[in-house]
Formats: sequence, structure tokens, C-alpha cells
Amino acid sequence: MINLELPEELEGHRRTMNQLAGAMLRPISRKYDEAEHEHPRELDALRVTAAPRKQKEGSAAAEKTEARPLRPAVGNITQVLTIEELSWADVGLTLSIPGAGLGNAAIAAVGTDQQKERFANKWAAMAITEAESGSDSGSISTTARLDGDEWVLNGEKIFVTCADRCDLVVVWATVDKDAGKAGIKSFIVEKGTPGFKLDHLEYKLGIRASDTGTFVLNDCRIPLDNLLGTAEVKPKTTEGFKGVMKTFDNTRPMIAAMATGVARAALDFTREKMEEGGLCLDYGKNPNNCSSLEKEYYLMEAHLEAMRLLTWKAAWLADNKEFNATEASMSKAKAGRYATLITQKCCELLGPLGFSREHLAEKWMRDSKILDIFEGTGQIQHLIVARNVLKLSSSQLK
Amino acid sequence: MLSFAMSREQKMVRDAFAEVTKNLVTPSALEMDESGQIPAATLQKIWELGASTSMIPEAYGGDGMAYSSVLNCIVLEELSYGDPAVAVAATLPSLFMNPVAEMGTQQQKKRYLPGYCGPLYPHCTLALQEPHFGSDPARLMTAAVKRGSSYVLNGKKCFVPQAGQASHMLVAAAVEGRGALFIVSGDNPGLHVGARERNLGLRALDTCGVTLQDCEVPEEDRLGGAEGCDFNRALQKTRVGMAALGAGIVRGAFDFAKKYASERVQFGEPIAHRQAVAFMIAEMAYESECVRLLAWKAASRLEAGKDAARESYLAKLYAGEMTMKIADYGVQILGGHGYIRDYPLQKHYRDGRGIGILEAMATV
Repeated sequence: MINLELPEELEGHRRTMNQLAGAMLRPISRKYDEAEHEHPRELDALRVTAAPRKQKEGSAAAEKTEARPLRPAVGNITQVLTIEELSWADVGLTLSIPGAGLGNAAIAAVGTDQQKERFANKWAAMAITEAESGSDSGSISTTARLDGDEWVLNGEKIFVTCADRCDLVVVWATVDKDAGKAGIKSFIVEKGTPGFKLDHLEYKLGIRASDTGTFVLNDCRIPLDNLLGTAEVKPKTTEGFKGVMKTFDNTRPMIAAMATGVARAALDFTREKMEEGGLCLDYGKNPNNCSSLEKEYYLMEAHLEAMRLLTWKAAWLADNKEFNATEASMSKAKAGRYATLITQKCCELLGPLGFSREHLAEKWMRDSKILDIFEGTGQIQHLIVARNVLKLSSSQLK
Repeated sequence: MLSFAMSREQKMVRDAFAEVTKNLVTPSALEMDESGQIPAATLQKIWELGASTSMIPEAYGGDGMAYSSVLNCIVLEELSYGDPAVAVAATLPSLFMNPVAEMGTQQQKKRYLPGYCGPLYPHCTLALQEPHFGSDPARLMTAAVKRGSSYVLNGKKCFVPQAGQASHMLVAAAVEGRGALFIVSGDNPGLHVGARERNLGLRALDTCGVTLQDCEVPEEDRLGGAEGCDFNRALQKTRVGMAALGAGIVRGAFDFAKKYASERVQFGEPIAHRQAVAFMIAEMAYESECVRLLAWKAASRLEAGKDAARESYLAKLYAGEMTMKIADYGVQILGGHGYIRDYPLQKHYRDGRGIGILEAMATV
């Protein structure tokens, strides 16, 4: 039955996360925007570990759970709620929470139980992009060659999030360039492996608290079972590649949640300043009788609600084990774009307060821009949505 | 429990209304728009599905189903997908009956509801909007002044659906600056129904201006009795109603444009194969989803008995913006055909304009 109200339990979780983010992230937001590349040690306390849950068989707790009706899975919903709150405080710091890398999501999605166990407490970054392969991730040229019981990796990876602080990197490489997408596999490369070097960190427009870097792989040898998924290359199939891409169906709503969080931060601040200036919001007033400033605010708030609901829907589908690729891309397309527009507009409405580095509004405008770019640009998301709703293949709709 | 999926019952209701829309509404939408008439048989057929009476308690002649704002959203969207004018006309009795059932005194419910729960489509309506610049339901110009055991109403209303046929209408008027609703009989000598209005959209819908001139209403016909009613809650429900109508319009525009783009061949392939067109389709897809979700969000709050001032306001505002944007995209995708009245997109474009402007044409 349709019900878009959060149950009290999740609402409580959201509040807790809001308090945590307000207490731990917001106070150091400006600090790490200015101290780019410095490791925010304050976040170590938030380290996420993915240790496999132990079954408490026969215990009183387990019996109690069994007696109750099956509870719905809420993992993805909980995650997007958490991320919205953390990103409301600071997106760059949210991306820097130890152990919550994109690589961790990939290992959780396609790793074997053994791999999950081995890398449970590692912070895993993800390396896909190359200088010549951005949105066209099927064209990567980093290679992986089997040599005895080792993989040998060669190539260069750019724009790796958490590059400096992570423990290991999930690297995309091709085992057979001629096989195209079918030849692309992902490999776990641990820091300290000979031939694996962090070349440099980037200086960015926003999310400066997050360390983005370039890795060089030079005859980098890793164990055989550091391959995620199967080594088999099925010619002319893209199954393996699609499997890897499936990770994005879970992570795109998370980016959308970040976008919702940062846009909300800008709106909250704008509202606070409007109220200080004597402009109080009144949801009873005909929008056609509002000042232009009020109307702009209400419209942005409506867009924010739309961003959030699309995100919830994509996450809810994932929790219910339903296909959500279209909804995941919809949420990212909408939220990525509108976070950019909302944070820009808030700076405009705030006037001098939106241009001064005394306040965070200018930072949110810089931070939000990445959300319409990474994990698939807005254009790529539109392409995915359009192909799905029009039922067109990638050769029909390029 | 948070859920984005319809229950079996919600699906059944949706399917029933989708069916009647497909058979009776969509095929004749353009014709009804041109003629300005909705066949009585169509309204009767939809009436028989029981959208307006199912949630009225059995004691007052209804079916006593649990009240569900979300279900009402679903019904409005389905009908509006075919033609929002039909959606308004077919559910018009709800605009009168729902506030009476929810906020009326026991005496009012007993007196007015059973007569409208019969097997035949009845005529009753709501008069809220006012024909002046800056019209705002929260700041009504129509005033009701207590005189003896009556209220005397003075003011002007516009866009009152089927005002001429209504045997009763709820009239919104301010009592000492606060919004109130009055049950006014169609034959009240102080109630004057004007000529049929000529509107941009919803052209199949008969709407009129109404003038209240020293219109005397017995005090027992003030909705909710001497204390009045929760006027804001009634407004919240009609805002969500407008948003649900909008959800139907955007879905209609989206579906037609999507199909057209897939079939229209230029430069040797369907125009949908071009990003310039495909990206508009993608945007139409997720924005129509957003319009629906905002309406459902507000409806979920109403259904839970919570205040939905903010959510209903945002839902209507968003629907108003997006119906224009999506219908505009639709007209553009059809190109010259979008501008021709043989195709429905120009109608979506005109009807869509009403969502932001009009108030209280439907309720959840």
C-alpha cells in the first residue's frame, strides 16, 4: 500500500544522523575546505566496518526475531537517509568517512564470501576513469595479464576518490582489449603493492575535504584471487561488465541523497536568513501573491522534495530486490542537476552572504557541482533513462 | 511502513478507472474539448464505480470503506490521464460530500449525504475561487456575516463546476476573516449563477461564475456548526486533488509524446533516436514520476491524519510548474502536429495551465 511517510524507526534514525552530522561534520566543514588534502582525523571515530554478521543461533534474541512477522529490508533506505543527513553537514567529509568507499560497495556487491572476509576492515576506493576513458568506461586501456598465479596490471587511473586515505583500490582493467566490454574485470590492489603508486592528488572546485588522486600501475603484481567475479571472458557478451555496472544501481541513489543533503543545507541557510530579514514562509499563501524571492524558495523546496522522493523510490526498490536501474538514474539525473541549480540560486538570493567565504553557501555551490558529474554525468543518466523508457539499445540511441 | 508499491486493492481500483478512462474518456477527449460537453452516460458510468460514495460511512448511505487520500489520488490521476475535465466532473460530488462527511455535524451528514449516495450521478459542487486579481483561498473576499439565526453571504465566485445544475453547493466565505464553508441550496434566492465561462482549458467542463447577494443561509448550514470547520484541512485536500489531476496530465503528455517520438521517422530513423528528443523524453519520465510522488507524499500525510500544509502546497506548486513544462516539451516533440487540434498535446498544454491557477476542482 502506497505510504510515503517514514516509519517512526527510520525517522528516529534520520534525527540521530542529523545530530551526529551537525555535531561532528558541520563544525569542521570550512576547516577541510581550506586545508585541502589534509586527512580529517576527526572522522576516524566514524569508521565503517563490514565485518560479516555472526548468527546468534538458538539465542533468545534470534527466537524473538523469528516469532515476529518478517520485517521489510530497509538497508538502502537507511543508507540514503544517513547520507542525506551527513551531506547536509558536508559532502566532502561524507565521501571521506573511513571504510565507506565505492570500492567497498563493489566488494559487497560482487565479492566472494572469502573476499568479503579478507577485506572486511579495509577502506576500498574505486579506480575506473582514465585520461582517455570518462563516461565511456567500456573503453579503458589499463591491462591485466595472467602470469603464473598472479595478475600483472599496467596503466594509469585518474579521479580516484579517497586515493590517499584508502587501504586498497578496486581497479578496472581489461584482460582482453579485443573482447571489448566482455574483457573488463575488476581487481583488488592493496596499498604498498610494488608497482602501485599514488602519483598525485588533484586540486578541485569543491569537495576539497575529499582526496582525489591519480594512480600509476607499473607491472603491478597481485594474487590470483584478488579478481572480483569470474576470470572467464565470454566473447561478445557484456554480462560481466553489466554486473560491475550494477553496483551503480545501488550507489547512484546515494549520490542523489548527497545532492538532496547539500541542496537542503543551502535552503535551510537561505530560509534562516530570509526569516532574520522578516520574510516568513507561509504555506497557506497563494504562491502568485508571494514576492519573487519567496516563490523561488518554495519552488526550490518542491524540487528538493522531488529529489528526495525519487531517491527514496530507487532505494526502496533495491531493498525490495526489484530492478531499479531506471529509477536509480532518474534520481541521480534529477538530484544532481537540481542540487547544482538550487545551490547556485541560494547564493543569488543570499546576495553578499552567498559570495562571502564567511558563510558556507558559496562552498555548497562548489561542492554540489560534482554530484552532476561523478558516477555518471547528468547526460549519461538521461541517456540511461531514455534508453530504458523508449526501449532502445545503446546502438539505437547513442 | 514506507512503500512505493500499490496494494492489491489500490491496483484493483486503479485498473477499474484506467479501464473506464481507456474506453470512454481518452477516445472522445478531443471531441468533448471541442463541443464543451461531457456525455451524461460517461459521468453515470464512472459514478457507478463508486469513487465518491465508497468512503462515505454506511450510516449515511455510502459503502463505509476506510477513507484513503492516496486512493483518491490514484482515481483522479487515472481519469485525468484521459481528460482532466472529465476527472473534475466525475468526482465533483466528492467536493461537496467529502467535507460534509469529514467535518459536518451529525445532523448535516444525516440531512445531506444520503441523497447524494444514490445510484444516479448527482449534482452538487463547491464554490471557492474568486474572480479578482490576487485571488487567494486563504484570504477570501466573500464574507459571511451573522444576522440573527442566519449568515448573510456577499461576494463573487468563479470557476464553479456545474453551478447551474447543482442542487447544493459548498460556498467558501470568511467569517470574521477566517475561512468557513456553507451549505447553500441551489434555489437560494440570494444565489445567482452567471453564464457559462469560456476557459483556456478543461473546456469540456461546465463552469460558471456565482454571485452571492445578501444570500441568507441558516446557521445550521455552516459546515461543522457554530464552531465552523477545519477550513485549512479542506484546502490541503483540494491542493493534493489538483496535484493528482496534474499527475494525470503529465503522464498523458509523456505517453503520447513517447509513442510519437518512437514512430515519427525523420532523417531515416525515429526521432527518439536523437539525444535532443530522447533527453526531453527522459526528463518527462522522471518529472511525471515526481509530480505523482509529491501528491502521494502529501496524501500519505493526510491519510495518517497529519497536517499536510507544507506537503500539499509543494505538491500543487510542483504540479503546476511541471504540467506546463512537460506539456510544453510534448508539444515541441510533436512539432507542427503538437500545435494542431487533431492531436492531444495542445490540449495538455492548455489544461496544464489550470493546475497552477485553479483551486479546489478536486479533492482527496
